[in-house]
Amino acid sequence: MNSVVSVQALSKVYATGFKALNNVSLDIRRGEIFALLGPNGAGKTTLISTVCGIVNPSSGRVLVDGHDTVADFRKARDRIGLVPQELTTDAFETVFATVSFSRGLFGKPRNDAYVEEILKELSLWDKRDTKMMALSGGMKRRVLIAKALSHEPEILFLDEPSAGVDVALRRDMWAMVRRLRERGVTIILTTHYIEEAEEMADRIGVINGGELILVEEKAELMRQLGRKQLVLELGSRLPSIPPALADYDLELSPDGDALTYTYSTQNGTTGIAALLRDVDAAGLDLRDLRTRQSSLEEIFVELITQKQ
Amino acid sequence: MNIHAIRAIYRFEMARTIRTLLQSIVSPVISTSLYFVVFGAAIGSRISEIDGVSYGAFIVPGLVMLSLLTQSISNASFGIYFPRFAGTIYEVLSAPVSFVEVVLGYVGAAATKSIVLGLIILLTAGFFVPLRVEHPVWMLCFLVLTAVSFSLFGFIIGIWADGFEKLQLVPLLIVTPLTFLGGSFYSIDMLPPFWRAVTLFNPVVYLVSGFRWSFYGKADVDVGVSLTMTLVFFALCIALVAWIFRTGYRLRN
Repeated sequence: MNSVVSVQALSKVYATGFKALNNVSLDIRRGEIFALLGPNGAGKTTLISTVCGIVNPSSGRVLVDGHDTVADFRKARDRIGLVPQELTTDAFETVFATVSFSRGLFGKPRNDAYVEEILKELSLWDKRDTKMMALSGGMKRRVLIAKALSHEPEILFLDEPSAGVDVALRRDMWAMVRRLRERGVTIILTTHYIEEAEEMADRIGVINGGELILVEEKAELMRQLGRKQLVLELGSRLPSIPPALADYDLELSPDGDALTYTYSTQNGTTGIAALLRDVDAAGLDLRDLRTRQSSLEEIFVELITQKQ
Repeated sequence: MNIHAIRAIYRFEMARTIRTLLQSIVSPVISTSLYFVVFGAAIGSRISEIDGVSYGAFIVPGLVMLSLLTQSISNASFGIYFPRFAGTIYEVLSAPVSFVEVVLGYVGAAATKSIVLGLIILLTAGFFVPLRVEHPVWMLCFLVLTAVSFSLFGFIIGIWADGFEKLQLVPLLIVTPLTFLGGSFYSIDMLPPFWRAVTLFNPVVYLVSGFRWSFYGKADVDVGVSLTMTLVFFALCIALVAWIFRTGYRLRN
């Protein structure tokens, strides 16, 4: 596996005694979009902050492109761009100045043409001379992204990038993330919006209580954990599930006009064919049928609930 | 060495100074000018010469030192505290910069501002009192060394402080009294022997004395001792800043 970030047995205990990370190990593949999901206080931001050098780990280590983030911090941090969760900006700086500042801070020579390119890509060029305090929340979020991209990083961390932004901007950001991935940038994002992970991620990690519960390909995760349901819409209402169908995992709708059958695709047989035969034998009249698959959000909630 | 980062931080801090020109430069110059008017021209004319120097001229090095200390601490402490307060410090902490580069940027800018201010105050003093500088090179050495040392001290306060009140605590309760009692407005030879001995425990005495020597060739304590004490304070501050960045104290925890 071509790992660009390797987190090895990382733990973080704050001075208050709160254990934010507990022996976390994780490998991020070069060029992938990795989504880290977890409830509030799960350890997502601490994990990102530790990888980026903002927080000292209590134990364990992190390699970025083979460089230790403590012993060889220059080469490790040089490759990383970070968009923080909070809208932390220098209120009195102009957009152009603050993005140029970030580029210099990461050791890159001044390059106004490149900064212009980023600002145009993020629809910020018209605001280049505007002070940060005069920008809306969504615009500030764009500036934070521009700052993170100003030094041409190979790895981009997006900590809750969609927090507080409208739908249009969210879709713009998703498009930008895809463009970055096409250029070979590795993206690691944390999010509360499951649809965001579902929409973009190649792999998904779930963290809870400072522990990484699982890391899986998104498609595989949905295949393994995603339950499917077959809804049978009936021509006439039933007072209860007929005894002939009692062996199936069926649920009758409150008004008695639909039966929902829950099944899994992991096993060799789904039982659908047998169910339909038995429904026909029981003399039930079918008006329509449809299937639905559980969303990533349902999978996520299930995982967290199981853990608790 | 990440020269681009040092330049970025330095320029950012200097831009802040220019944005707040009234507060940064004009305000301290007006305050110091008032000292000259009150102590130099009004009261000073009724006080006899000290070591052959008119009272108005005698207090110039002390007043410059007073501004230099307070402004160095204030500039550097605010420079690093505000990004911590606003949260923008994340960018410096995640950047490929060592503590030396961070310090060169923040402390360099704070010291530059203080030195410029000190020189402006000296020029202003020239309008009120007759001024002479016997050892201009040493005067500049003391000016730079004191500005850098106390900017480092301010930087440490800016990292230690966890609120605006604490940010003001050390300058108000410790530095200003020590400066006033450190011979800024008098020669410590004018004190009774007991209080003179006590005053020698005040580190500001050595700064003011050495600085005044560079003007008039006369000092309360030997100039070599003054220089040594300043260098010791500078080294202590450097060591403390290095420890802060090595442990991540109040920055990475």
